[in-house]
Amino acid sequence: MTTTIADRRIEDAGLEAGIARLTPEKIQKTILAVLEGEGGARLKTYVETCVRCGMCAKACHYYMSHKDPSYAPVAKVRQTMWEILKHKGLVSPEFIHQCAQIAYTECNLCRRCMHYCPLGIDTAYIMSFVRRICHKLGVTPQYIQDTAHSHSATMNQMWVKDDEWIDTLKWQEDEARDEMPELRIPLEVEGADFMYSVIAPEPKFRTQLIYQAAFIFNQAGLNWTMPATPGWDNSNMAMFSGDMEIMGRVEMAHFEAAQRLRVKRIVMGECGHAFRAIYDVGNRWLGWGMHPVPVVHSIEFFWDLLNSGKIRMAKKYPGPVTIHDPCNVIRGRGLMDKLREVVHAICDGVVEMTPNREHNYCCCAGGGVINCGPPFKNVRIVGNSVKADQLKATGVKTCIAPCHNCHGGLEDIIHKYGLGIELKFLGDIIYECMEKKGAS
Amino acid sequence: MLELYALAVGPLAWLAFGVFVIGSLARLFSMYSLAKKKDAAFLSYMTWRYSLRSIFHWLIPFGSLGWRENPALTVATYVFHICLFLVPIFLMSHIVMWDTSFGFTYAALPDGLADGLTVAVMVVCLFFAWRRLSLPEVRFVTSNHDWLVLVLVFCTFSTGFLAYHQIGDSLTLTTLHVLCGEAMLIAIPFTRLSHMLFGFFARGYIGSEFGGVRRAKDW
Repeated sequence: MTTTIADRRIEDAGLEAGIARLTPEKIQKTILAVLEGEGGARLKTYVETCVRCGMCAKACHYYMSHKDPSYAPVAKVRQTMWEILKHKGLVSPEFIHQCAQIAYTECNLCRRCMHYCPLGIDTAYIMSFVRRICHKLGVTPQYIQDTAHSHSATMNQMWVKDDEWIDTLKWQEDEARDEMPELRIPLEVEGADFMYSVIAPEPKFRTQLIYQAAFIFNQAGLNWTMPATPGWDNSNMAMFSGDMEIMGRVEMAHFEAAQRLRVKRIVMGECGHAFRAIYDVGNRWLGWGMHPVPVVHSIEFFWDLLNSGKIRMAKKYPGPVTIHDPCNVIRGRGLMDKLREVVHAICDGVVEMTPNREHNYCCCAGGGVINCGPPFKNVRIVGNSVKADQLKATGVKTCIAPCHNCHGGLEDIIHKYGLGIELKFLGDIIYECMEKKGAS
Repeated sequence: MLELYALAVGPLAWLAFGVFVIGSLARLFSMYSLAKKKDAAFLSYMTWRYSLRSIFHWLIPFGSLGWRENPALTVATYVFHICLFLVPIFLMSHIVMWDTSFGFTYAALPDGLADGLTVAVMVVCLFFAWRRLSLPEVRFVTSNHDWLVLVLVFCTFSTGFLAYHQIGDSLTLTTLHVLCGEAMLIAIPFTRLSHMLFGFFARGYIGSEFGGVRRAKDW
């Protein structure tokens, strides 16, 4: 069935309030300014070069799930950027609502479509550009805007106050010392080998991940630290809301925390979008070709710990398990081989999904989509039945996904489609099955 | 008609080739200048190695995920583009014209083969038209511009085919054929046919990002 974005309009307080303030003239003025200031050869080439062949349709999990052509990557561009350019920005507030709904909630910026476009058109970039325009117009979904506000005010995504952060770490240290009496979560250690950074949902509601990471690092006898100041959160929703100014501030705080502590590198938890922010987006915005402090994702770090023998597995986690490849560290950093080596080292009976590695389907939560909140939840869950089918076909009971957003998205489809699969982080399994010599 | 033919193969041919060459160069140059001015931070990630690596994989039939998942389109696309270059350049009648005008000549395709390849282009044009009409995901994004480009190619090859086989009035068809071909040349820099110019750069850029920064393949 063919619909258009107008047929599936969703009410959202942020979008409604945003468009209520606009007129076509105001919209045009802003759009022309953004195009003039930020639209360059990439946008022009992509728009002019696309031959409208429709090959990219099959790349997108939204299209594959809905089988509605208006969800194809090129269709998303047709319903947004092409119209904007055709009308030289003179479009209605309602049209901007549609643009925002498509760009924020129907595209995960997962870049799978680049494996389908012969001309190499980066649809994710075009959708980010549309988001940038919507942000400048003040038309952003309420939930993701709230996280951007949180970043702005607190430098973390979840309104965690400065003292709450330290308190949470001390609390987890205290908890973990029941199990390993000598365990420390070192704060503000200058010159440590690495700074461990996490995303704000960890202190907020996934505190066991901090516990587990601390346990693993202590067991391995590592020289590490965490900052006691803002800059500890490596997540960045402003990157996805189109607020590049806040995005830059957040990344600056993160890099500066590491530089202030004079650590050799930043090791980050199992998060995909945070890695994208640090490795790919934030550094460029701040004028660095690559990140100013070496950055290592958990997958690579665990690979290193296992290979160097710093941690050993007491047993292997019983299979069958499957591996979900998060787009931001696989298509974004090529960690697919290391991810497999780690999983094979800690689990028995690994069953691969098809397709996998760089060609894997997205979790449908990333790119800020899950952060747009409940109004858009059903669309993304129904929009990822293809992932549910993919998971179901493996016949496993456990899925390893080394990314927070992927957990959110996969959790929802596992529940909705009754897959009966348990989701795990690498850290969950390593903590559970490793040799625990320091434990009491 | 003879005057029109003389005009078409004389001044208009110069005009068409001129617009094609100068227009293409101008467009490439202006895009490069724009890239340097506005996208310098991204242009800096482009590398020959990863650009060519990506382009190489995408030039191989079924060498990428996109090609593999669209097999009919893949075959059609390769046949179409190969013929689109081979036939005009290596057709005996065209070489004869180079010879008459400028006195140089080179190996030609056998007439029978060239004829077959011409038919192939026309068949693929019909296939493309069928896709635009029948496949929802293609129909959704098709505009008049896409039809214009397709019709231009189809007319050029079909008039050439008819003229060669002496079906209909030969002079009229030959004149139409020349005019269509010239229109196509002129259209290359200024329509979606410009993917001939920019496609390699777009692919090369994303190949560089995937290869150099993201360390993942993009095919």
